[in-house]
Amino acid sequence: MLSSAGVRASLALAPLAANKGRVAVSVFAIALGVALGYAVQLINQSAAAEFAQALRVLAGDADVVVHGPRAGIPEALYPRIAALPEVAVASPVIEVQARLPGQREALKLLGVDVFRAARLQPDIARAEGGEPLDFLREDRLFLSRAAAAWLGLTAGDELALAAGEGRLALRVAGILSASALRERVAVMDIAAVQSALRTGPVVTRIELRLREGADPAALSAALERVLPPGVFAEDPGQSVERNARLTRAYRVNLAVLALVALFTGALFVFSTQMLSVARRRVEIALLRALGVARGGILRQLLAEAALIGALGAAGGMALGHLAAAAFLQRYGADLGAGTFAGLPVTPHVDPVAVLVFALLGVAAAVGGAYAAARTAVRAQPARALRAGDEHEALRSLEAAWPGAACLAAGALLAFVPAIDGLPIAGYLSITLLLIGTLALMPRLARVAFALAPQRRAASWRLALEQLRFAPGRTGMSLAAIVASVSLMASMAIMVASFRHSLQDWLDTMLPAQLYVRGGEGAFLADEALRSQWTVPGVARIEFLRSEQILLDVAHPPVTLLARDLDAARIDRSLALVGESRLPAPGAPPPAWVSEAMVDLYGMRAGDVVALALRGRVAAFTVAGVWRDYARQHGAVVIERREYARLTGEERAGNASIWLEPGADPDAVAAQVRSRMPAHAEVELVRTERIRELTLGIFDRTFAVTYALEAVAVLIGLFSLSASFAGLALARRCEFGMLRHVGMTRRQIGAMLALEGFAVSALGLAAGLGLGGVLAVVLVHVVNRQSFHWSMEIHTPWPTLAAFALVMLPLASFAAWAGARRAAGYDAVRAVKESW
Amino acid sequence: MKHRGAIGRRAFLALGAFTALAGQARGARAEPSYPVVRAGERLRFPRDHGAHPAFRNEWWYITGWLSGGRGQELGFQVTFFRNRPGIGEASASRFAPSQLLFAHAALCDATLGRLEHDQRSARAGFGLAQASREDTEVRIEDWSLARGEAGYTAKIPAREFTLSLQFAPQQPLLAQGEEGYSRKGPLPEQASHYYSWPQLRASGSVTQGARARSVSGVAWLDHEWSSEPLAREAQGWDWAGINGADGSALMAFRIRGRDARRFWAGGSLREAGGRVRVLEPGEVDFRPLRWWRSPRTGTAYPVAMAIEVPGRELTLAPLMDDQELDARASTGTLYWEGAVRAAGAGAPYGKGYLELTGYAQRMKL
Repeated sequence: MLSSAGVRASLALAPLAANKGRVAVSVFAIALGVALGYAVQLINQSAAAEFAQALRVLAGDADVVVHGPRAGIPEALYPRIAALPEVAVASPVIEVQARLPGQREALKLLGVDVFRAARLQPDIARAEGGEPLDFLREDRLFLSRAAAAWLGLTAGDELALAAGEGRLALRVAGILSASALRERVAVMDIAAVQSALRTGPVVTRIELRLREGADPAALSAALERVLPPGVFAEDPGQSVERNARLTRAYRVNLAVLALVALFTGALFVFSTQMLSVARRRVEIALLRALGVARGGILRQLLAEAALIGALGAAGGMALGHLAAAAFLQRYGADLGAGTFAGLPVTPHVDPVAVLVFALLGVAAAVGGAYAAARTAVRAQPARALRAGDEHEALRSLEAAWPGAACLAAGALLAFVPAIDGLPIAGYLSITLLLIGTLALMPRLARVAFALAPQRRAASWRLALEQLRFAPGRTGMSLAAIVASVSLMASMAIMVASFRHSLQDWLDTMLPAQLYVRGGEGAFLADEALRSQWTVPGVARIEFLRSEQILLDVAHPPVTLLARDLDAARIDRSLALVGESRLPAPGAPPPAWVSEAMVDLYGMRAGDVVALALRGRVAAFTVAGVWRDYARQHGAVVIERREYARLTGEERAGNASIWLEPGADPDAVAAQVRSRMPAHAEVELVRTERIRELTLGIFDRTFAVTYALEAVAVLIGLFSLSASFAGLALARRCEFGMLRHVGMTRRQIGAMLALEGFAVSALGLAAGLGLGGVLAVVLVHVVNRQSFHWSMEIHTPWPTLAAFALVMLPLASFAAWAGARRAAGYDAVRAVKESW
Repeated sequence: MKHRGAIGRRAFLALGAFTALAGQARGARAEPSYPVVRAGERLRFPRDHGAHPAFRNEWWYITGWLSGGRGQELGFQVTFFRNRPGIGEASASRFAPSQLLFAHAALCDATLGRLEHDQRSARAGFGLAQASREDTEVRIEDWSLARGEAGYTAKIPAREFTLSLQFAPQQPLLAQGEEGYSRKGPLPEQASHYYSWPQLRASGSVTQGARARSVSGVAWLDHEWSSEPLAREAQGWDWAGINGADGSALMAFRIRGRDARRFWAGGSLREAGGRVRVLEPGEVDFRPLRWWRSPRTGTAYPVAMAIEVPGRELTLAPLMDDQELDARASTGTLYWEGAVRAAGAGAPYGKGYLELTGYAQRMKL
C-alpha cells in the first residue's frame, strides 16, 4: 500500500531526477537573475558604505563643510569663518589633482593645516615614519596606504609631481594609517601646495566643527552672510548623498538589467513547469481520482519549483558575491567615476539583502510554476486522464483586455517625467509593453496564421490548422521567443543609436587635429608661452579652461567650459540641439548649456542665468542647448575672453590645434613638445586617438550588456524548446492517430518542424517589432531621464537582419528538437492511453 | 625622534616634538640664520615684552597659586610658546608656517587628584593666531595673554575649565642672569634672554564645568627667548620659582647631564628689599627628598626636593603628588610640573612651581 507521503515524495522528486538537464537550466536561469540582482545590490551597498565611511573619515568630526567651485574659494573666507562665535574649529583644505610624470591617473593631493586638521581628525597627524614637522615642510608629503600601494612607494622614497611646466621633487615622509584616510590620496602642508602648485590664494573647502552647544541654525545664518555666491555650506552627510547621486543612474540601470534577467529566469521556469505538468498530467489526474486534494498537488508542484528556486538562489548568491567582489576590486567604490580613487572595497554582506534575494529567486520560480500548476490541478480528472487536450489548460491566458490595458498603460507611462531623478515610469512602461504584448500574442497568432498561405502538403496543412485553431497552445512558445528577441533587439537598437550619436558628437566636438591637455596647475595659455605655439604647420589654436562649479548643493557640480570660439558659428564647435540665438546687444553675454542643464536646472534658451565665477556672480543669456555625452551632470560653455574679463584669469589648461593642410600631426606634436620645458606634463593627442579611445571605452562598457542579452536569448531558446516539448506531449494522442491513419514519422516530424518554424517566424517578427518600440522608450525616456542626454534613433538593420537569419533556424530547430523528443514514443501506446 | 632641542631651562613642553625637529633639520637644508643671544644686550621695554620672531624659541609662562570660596587652593599654569621652524619663509602663501604658536594650560585641583589640562597649536597668520612684536599680546584663537596698563590678562577657555585671570605687578620685573643674559651651559652662546616677574597679584575667575568662582592669589611670569637648543650633554632639568611670603623671590634651576650629574645650574634670589643675588652654577643644589612613581607611566619623579642656595635652605612639597603631564600622544613629551609649598628652617617660606623634566626619557626639546 502506497502511503500518501510516499506518493508525494515520488511525485515531487521523480520528475526532478528525470529531467536533470532541464532542471539544471532552470536553476541556472534563476541563479543568473539572482546573481545579477544580488551583485548589483552588493556593489551599491558596499560602494555606498565605503563611500560614506571614506567621507566620514575625511571629514572627521566636521559638522559643516564650506565649499564651492572646484577651482576653490577665496582663502580670505577662512579667517572670517574661523572667527564666527559658533565655530570651534575651522580647518582649511586645498585639494589638487596632481599629475605624476609618466602616469595617466592623477594623484589627489590634500593640502592641510595639520594643527587644525588634527583637531577634527587626530589620526591624520599620526603616520608610520616621518616627523611632525614633516607636515609643514615644503618638500615632504605623506601617502595614504592606498596611495603608497598604488605608487609602490614607502617612507623615504622620492616622488616627483608635475607643477606647472616644471617638476616638484618631494620625499615621502611617511604612510598614513587607514583610519586617517582610506582613499588614494597624499597629504602635504597647505602652504606648500599653494605655493608649489601655484593655486593662488584659494582653498577647496573649510571644514568646521561647531562649538559645544552652538546653534546650527545660527551658524547657517551667519555663514549665509559671509559666503559669496557659488560657495555653500553643508553637512558632510549631504556630500555623501551628492556623491552617491553621481553613480545612481548607472546603478539603477544595472539593477534593472538584473531584474530583466530574473524575469527571463522566471519565464523559463514557467515554461519548464508547463512541460513538467504536461508530462505528469496523467499522474496528477490519477492522484486526484485517488482522492488527493487539489491543494495538496498544487503544494507539491510549488514545492518542486521552490526547490529549484532555492538552488538557483543559493548558486546565484555565491556567483553574485564573486562578481561583486571582482567588480569592486576592478572599479572601486565609485564605480570608476573617479571621485574616490583607490578605495579598497570588500563587499558588505547585509543579511536583509541576502534574505530578499533568496526569496526573490524562490518567488520567481514558484510564481513561474504557479500558473502552470494551477491549470493542471483545475482540469477534470476524468478528462485529463485521457491523452491530449490541454487546450483547456491555456484558455485562461486568452482574455484580450488585460493585454490591451497593459499596452495602453505602458504607452501612457512613457510620457511620465522622471521620478526623483530616475526613469521609473520608463522602466514600468517597458515592463507593461512587454507583458501586454505577451498576453496578446495568442490573438496575434490566430490572426497571423489565418493569413498564412495554404499548401497541399498534409504536414503543412495540419501544422497550420493546429496553429490557427489552438493558438493558446503556442502562447507559451511565442512568449519565450518574443520576450528574448524584443529585449535583445531593443538593446541592440539603443546601443547602436548611442554609438552612432556618439560618433556624430565626436565629429562635431573634435574638429581640430591635435588636442593638448595640461595637468591641474599646468597652464598652456600663459601669454608668456605664446611663442611655443608658433610652430610651422599650426594654422590656429583655441584654448579651453575647464572648471567645476556648484550651482546647487543638491546636485553634483557642473562643468564650466571657457572656450575660444566663434559665437556666430557655434554649430561648428558644439553639437547643438535646436538653434543658437545670440543675445540682443546689451543683454548678458551668451552661454550654451548642455541638455542636463535643461533637465536638472530647468534652463531654457533665452533665459538669463547667474553663474558664480570665482566668487563673483555674472549673468549670462542661454543662447542654445547642446548635447554632451561627456558630462552627465551638466556643462556650460562660455567665451573664454568673457571669462577672462570677469575673473582676470587668462590661463587655460587645454588647447586644440588646427593644422595647415598637409601638415603631419605627429611632426607638429613633436615640434610643440620640443618647445615646451623639458618637464612639462602635458599630453598631446591626435583626434583619431581620442575617438578610438572613446569608442573603445564605449564598446567595453556595453560588452557586459551584450553578454547578458546573449544569455537572455539562449534562455529564450531553451524556453521555446521546453514549451514545444510540452505541446508535443499534450498531443501524443493526436500523433498516434496520425500514425494510425498512415502518416509517416517523417511527415509528423515535418509537421512539427513547420509549426516550429511558423511560431519562430511570428515570434521573431513580433519580437523585433516590440523591440523597436521598446528601443524608442529606452532612448527617449529611460536614457534621457537617467543621463540627461538625447540621441538619435539609429536602427542597425544589418545586425538585426543577421540576428533574424541566425535566430529563425535556431528557434525552429529548438522547437522541433523539443517536440520530437517528446513525441518520439510509441504511437500505439499513445492511442491506448486515450481509452 | 632624537635630541637636540630647544634651549635652556624650561622649554615649553607641549610642542617638544616640533622644536626638536626644527633642531634636527639642521644641516639637511639651508637653515635660516637665527640670532645668537649675547651678553651685554640690554633688555628694552615695552619692546622686549613683545615677541622676537627672529629667534628660534620664545615663551611666556605664568604659574601660580589661587584660592577662592572655601579656602581651597588651586595651582595653575598658562604658557604661550612661539617657534620659528625655518620653514616656508620664502613662501608666497599666507599659510606659510614660518611662525608657530602653541599654548598650554593646566589646573591643579587637589580635590580631583589629577591635573586638568588642554592645549592649542597653530601657525601664525590670518589674525587667528599671532604674537605682537610691540608688547605682550599673544593669541591662539580664543586663548590669549596680553599686557596692559594694570598688568597681564589671560583668557583660557579650555576643555575642562576656563581661566579668566588678571595679574597685577607688585614689584619691578626681575632680569635674570647678567641683566637678562641667562647662561644655560659652559659656552657663551648657550644662553637665553630671560626675565621674570615674581609676586604678581592674581585675581579673576576659574570655571570648572558649571561652577564658576572668584579667585585671588600670587603668580610668577617668565618670558624667555633664544635660538640655542638644549646642550647635547643634557638629559633634562629641574626648575623652581617660589614667591616668598615675605616678598622675596627665588628662582633656581639645574640642568642634569646624561650621567645624572649636574651639567649646569643657576638662579637668582631677590630679597624683599629688592637686593638681587645672581646664583652661580656652584651655588645651587637640588636634592630629592621623596620620589613618586606615576601609576600611569611608571615614571618616578622627585616630587619633594630640598633646594640649597646661599642664605636659603628650602624644602619643596607638592600640592598633590600627581601633577604629571602626559602629552606624548600629541606632542611627545612626558614631565611633571606642579604647584609646591616651600618651607625654610621649619617655617613656611612661600608658594611656587616646580618643573621636573627628562625623568621618563631624555627631554626631547
